[in-house]
Amino acid sequence: MAFESLNAFLNMGGYAPYVWPAWGVTLAVLVGGGLQAVAEHRRRLRELRRRQRRAAADAAPREAAPRKAVPRGSHDARA
Amino acid sequence: MWDVVHRLGSPRTFYTIAGRWQPWLWALAALLLGTGSVWALLFAPADYQQGDSFRILYVHVPAAILAQSCFVLMAVAGAIFLVWRIKLADMVATVIAPFGAAMTGVALFSGSVWGVPTWGTWWVWDARLTSMLIQLFLYLGVIALRGAFASRDGGARAASLLTLVGVINIPIIKYSVDWWNTLHQPATFTLTQRPAMPAEMWLPLAVMVLGFYAYFVALTLTRTRSEILRREGRKRWVLELGS
Repeated sequence: MAFESLNAFLNMGGYAPYVWPAWGVTLAVLVGGGLQAVAEHRRRLRELRRRQRRAAADAAPREAAPRKAVPRGSHDARA
Repeated sequence: MWDVVHRLGSPRTFYTIAGRWQPWLWALAALLLGTGSVWALLFAPADYQQGDSFRILYVHVPAAILAQSCFVLMAVAGAIFLVWRIKLADMVATVIAPFGAAMTGVALFSGSVWGVPTWGTWWVWDARLTSMLIQLFLYLGVIALRGAFASRDGGARAASLLTLVGVINIPIIKYSVDWWNTLHQPATFTLTQRPAMPAEMWLPLAVMVLGFYAYFVALTLTRTRSEILRREGRKRWVLELGS
């Protein structure tokens, strides 16, 4: 162990104002980037599921769930 | 051989294989970065000249190495995209650009903060620092150029070309400390010589560098998978993933 006490560790031999910001910014970038990437992937999967539910509802027989009348020929335009 | 390349170049295969690897790579990155940080901050001996300020080295050097590796990978991906039109290569180039820019920023920031007690100044316009600043602008330029095109393909080609031109900056950064007189110290690690530091100093650095690489791979896999979902959202196999 290079330090004798917690205070000595936090003080970094008098270089605390340099060592801690450098380490803090680096770790914040790494942790923040990782969390952001995982959140982004979850968001994309959620979006995908929503789109899929909509597609499934569209494919269901119309008699089962009567909805607003869609004029003939305009069905494709909604895709 | 070509069969393997084409299979890996298919977004669908990549999505499946990357999904299998990514939890392990995130775990490996956390393990290496955790071990490396504790080792570097608590157990590595203080430098006889710089005291404890030299502990900035353990984040500064890995960030700078990754900033450059990331640019080289971006150039390779750009060349693959331009020559063989493999879309997956462009997706990788797209998602790693912000990471490279962030690592360049971290290297510049930690270097500046380190410069204050060591050199008495946070910035000098010398070869190493200036070429690294140019690298940051190249990253930002590649990101902005890609976004400036209405068509995705046009943006991808322009960004790939700028990356291939900008890669000339990499050897300039690397050899800047040898070619010009500079305040910056020469490389810590070289392939041909043993490090000038004792093992208890460079071993934690090696762990940190490996940790940054593991993190880079994990982040790239996760972000490329998101990018596949974003771009290929209308494909049947992607829609089937949701069920």
